[in-house]
Amino acid sequence: MSLLEVRDLSKSYGGVQAVRGVSFDLDAGERVAMIGPNGAGKTTCFNMLNGQIAPDAGSIALGGRPLAGLPPRKVWRLGVGRTFQITATFGSMTVRENVQLALLSHHGRLGSLWPLASDAHVEEAEALLERAGVKELAARACAVLAYGDLKRVELAIALANRPRLLLMDEPTAGMAPSERGDLMRLAAELAREARTAVLFTEHDMDVVFEHADRVLVLDRGELIARGSPGELRADPRVREGYLGDA
Amino acid sequence: MLEIRRLRAGYGRATVLFDLDLVLNAGEVTVLLGRNGAGKSTTLKSVMGLVQPTSGEIVFEGKRIDSLAPYRIARLGLGYVPEERRIFTDLTVDQNLEVGRRPPRPDVPEWTADRVFSLFPHLAAARSRAAARLSGGEQKMLAISRTLMGNPSVLLLDEPSEGLAPLIVEHMARTIIELKRTGLAVLLCEQNLRFARRVADRAYVIETGQVRYGGTLAGLEADSTLRGGYLSI
Amino acid sequence: MSGSAILLQFLNGLAGASSLFLLAAGLSLIFGVTRIVNFAHGSLYMLGMYLAVWLSESVGFWPSALTAALAVAALGAAIEMSLLRRLYPVPELLQLLATFALVLIARDFALWAWGPEDLLGPRAPGLEDAVEIAGGRFPEYDLFLIVVGPLVLAALHLLLTRTRWGILVRAATQDRDMAGALGVNQKWLFTEVFALGALLAGLGGALSVPREPANLTIDLSVLSDAFVVVVVGGLGSIPGAFLAALLIAEVKAFAIGLGFSKATLVVEFIVMAAVLVLRPWGLLGREAAPLRGPAALEPPLALPSRNVLRALLALAAALALVPLLSRGYALVLLSDVLVFALFAVSLHFITGPGGMLSFGHAAYFGLGAYGAGLLLLRAGAPMEAALVLAPLAAGIGALAFGWFCVRLSGVYLAMLTLAFAQIVWSVAFQWDAFTGGSNGLIGVWPSAWLASRTAYYYLTLGACLAGIAILWRVLYSPFGYALRASRDSPLRAGAIGIDVRAQQWAAFTLAGLAAGIAGALYAFSKGSISPETLSVPRSVDALVMVLLGGIQTLTGPAWGAALFTWLQDSASREFDYWRAVLGAVILALVLALPGGVGGLLGGRSTR
Repeated sequence: MSLLEVRDLSKSYGGVQAVRGVSFDLDAGERVAMIGPNGAGKTTCFNMLNGQIAPDAGSIALGGRPLAGLPPRKVWRLGVGRTFQITATFGSMTVRENVQLALLSHHGRLGSLWPLASDAHVEEAEALLERAGVKELAARACAVLAYGDLKRVELAIALANRPRLLLMDEPTAGMAPSERGDLMRLAAELAREARTAVLFTEHDMDVVFEHADRVLVLDRGELIARGSPGELRADPRVREGYLGDA
Repeated sequence: MLEIRRLRAGYGRATVLFDLDLVLNAGEVTVLLGRNGAGKSTTLKSVMGLVQPTSGEIVFEGKRIDSLAPYRIARLGLGYVPEERRIFTDLTVDQNLEVGRRPPRPDVPEWTADRVFSLFPHLAAARSRAAARLSGGEQKMLAISRTLMGNPSVLLLDEPSEGLAPLIVEHMARTIIELKRTGLAVLLCEQNLRFARRVADRAYVIETGQVRYGGTLAGLEADSTLRGGYLSI
Repeated sequence: MSGSAILLQFLNGLAGASSLFLLAAGLSLIFGVTRIVNFAHGSLYMLGMYLAVWLSESVGFWPSALTAALAVAALGAAIEMSLLRRLYPVPELLQLLATFALVLIARDFALWAWGPEDLLGPRAPGLEDAVEIAGGRFPEYDLFLIVVGPLVLAALHLLLTRTRWGILVRAATQDRDMAGALGVNQKWLFTEVFALGALLAGLGGALSVPREPANLTIDLSVLSDAFVVVVVGGLGSIPGAFLAALLIAEVKAFAIGLGFSKATLVVEFIVMAAVLVLRPWGLLGREAAPLRGPAALEPPLALPSRNVLRALLALAAALALVPLLSRGYALVLLSDVLVFALFAVSLHFITGPGGMLSFGHAAYFGLGAYGAGLLLLRAGAPMEAALVLAPLAAGIGALAFGWFCVRLSGVYLAMLTLAFAQIVWSVAFQWDAFTGGSNGLIGVWPSAWLASRTAYYYLTLGACLAGIAILWRVLYSPFGYALRASRDSPLRAGAIGIDVRAQQWAAFTLAGLAAGIAGALYAFSKGSISPETLSVPRSVDALVMVLLGGIQTLTGPAWGAALFTWLQDSASREFDYWRAVLGAVILALVLALPGGVGGLLGGRSTR
């Protein structure tokens, strides 16, 4: 049985079918890229996977447990971490506090009224920040960080949950080419060591070809092709439509 | 006719454009290429006054426009079509056109609803339908038509081919070429290199808020590092 | 109830719906285009009433009603051009506060111009009689009103769908930046829309003159009715406002007709609650776009340094020594300062870190005060028990109202908090037998051992400082962090497992409880409670304290409370029209320091 099983997922907004009958599987430790032009439905898929929106039809199961229609906070509890295309962090808190709060949530301590939050899980938070390459920013407020740095903070937040499934929406947008490699190598490490399944969207084909085990190609809400990067590179439809320079 | 000099702009504390320079000549189609987040849309929004530049100049027909309100910029003859279309879904097609309508300008042939419908025959059949009930492609056409009703001399088009079926993309390309023939200058953002090649005279490649290339499309295609490094699907 | 009685009540409801609709339609139109919730809308209605009564003495009712409506429209245009234009870029809280300042000024103006007594208006010439309907008598004028509502709805519909101006208004309502990019000059559009909204409010007021007397409290009571209508109908929807006005007015009419006149507000509340549960954005409303929050500008919350802690402890010690120096009026004033400091800190707790705009926090202060008084006088509880249990009443109130409030955000939430506060006020004001009505409760005195000024001062000092310290401390706990996280980014908060609503609900309840402690202490220090204790102006006082001190600072609201209480104490003894003075001060602060009022005393500039 696969870790993640997605079956016939569909969603429409006011008559526009954003996602139509999408099915795919993801195994533990696998890195899969979802590609396609803007508006193809990638972010809508991600939003259904982490509970941001409920699908109109179809099912999602993580380790055999259905999660379609659950709110994001319950999906997080099942072991899903996510980064957003437009980064979402807590602007009035420092980078370390952002990660500490995620750790407090992971350890089920959000309701406590007395202990100082700033003393909680300090070492674990530092380790995660180090891993995501933002340790030197730990004391800065997220509101003043650059976009590329926020992407890494988001990754550290997602990792605080020790996710079984990591969803990264355009993880490398706004980063220099060398930084992209670093970030994706980190994802590869996670996939290898913690058997985390990584699903990411990406516009940079170099990143996709280098870092994805498999690729899903989405167009106007439908999965039109899937396979290894090599197979897709040879697929004339994909070349013509998406690699642009056929 | 439109010149951007050392433009710096962004949202809140995040700066997106860093000293960007750009020129649009009369009667020409110029394309801005670059990936998501590079600053293409922000460039168009800054020209239109929807994003306040922090420094630099934007000059249109010899006049500084970088501190004007959007409605004044529009009345000078700049027309803007946003990426996400932003049509008024509560209004009918005709009413959307009415919002865009401005008095004719002496040097530009006047756009009327009929003239717009001859460009986009799809819309004519849907004149009194609520815009919310149009398809994505029709909404895109409506967004362009609505802006044309203001009789612009420069059209700023953000991602005209995005999310459209191949047939409609081809129609869109022909329309842009047609608009150019009527004397309109067009500045467009695009991620689809094939589409850009089809319609544009010149190209700029933008990366992290700065111009990395400015010149002909042929020159761009000859440069493989540019293609590999900054362009993507 | 017989068939004819039902029909008559139904017609009665229809007549009431008309003026409610005029008011709510204007509010909705103005909000749709300018995104400002005009708290002064009820004041425009009130001015329409007074002007119509006043003018009718010289020109007769019909011309006076028209003139009054036009005068209010002109006033609206003047307000938009001189004041609101400067407010569009500032945070919502300041916008709401500025329009509330107009409420204060308008009320004192009416008091100055027409005096404190209710003004009875004339009957409408030509429609003085009643007609026979189904065996009952029904006033002709009410039949006229029944026609007015649909007529105005039809006229607005034609205006908005058939004219270029109306199309531009609808376009700007949906996406005003895009309309601007298409060459639409929003500046004049905003002025015109505001004038139209004011016209409708003024007309609504003027037309209600033959049915009820003009009075000084009608501004907030119609405002909260209009808020309920707009929240139920969907903010920005004119047909929604019409439907909701019908619904609310009919519910009221039947509640009165069935003999539950005291329960009308409760019934109204239940209807609103039902609608909000089923359709959070109202009958015909749409989901609100996310609103600008203060979060992006707020610096991280650092732990206080040792020196700051020492200074705060020294201050507490100094306060404990005051009775050795003075046992006079200074102690009374200091007690007030402490009570309002706790009140302001509890409001700051939800408004600042919690990000929930509340315009009705006095409801919980008042529930604490009335709870204490009622337990003592009606239930015969000992004073100590009353003091401990009364805050629970406030907490339960906050628990019940908060459940609805946290389902909304931004201005919707602010409107709802105000409507709830107005409901609590009305109950206290109207239920003579239980709450003492407009006279309130007297004889709410502490037990003998606490009766001396000094003893009561120490009780107040201990309870307030403890309350403030606990609220501040909670902000540093995981709970407090999760609360700020829910404000900063509800999206991210949900994605890391935070239950945003539950978090906000708990904070709302905790703040209500703390306000209740302040209220109960206040009641026993004064010996009496009046409905003013929980009126909406009292809620606004608390907001002014928070803003004076600095919403982005932790200790600021306490300083703001001290300054405000002292100013109010001196000003209310010097000026008759001190509310208007307060309004003017609020306006001056908002206009002179947009975005920076909070930093004035907090020592931290926000920009």
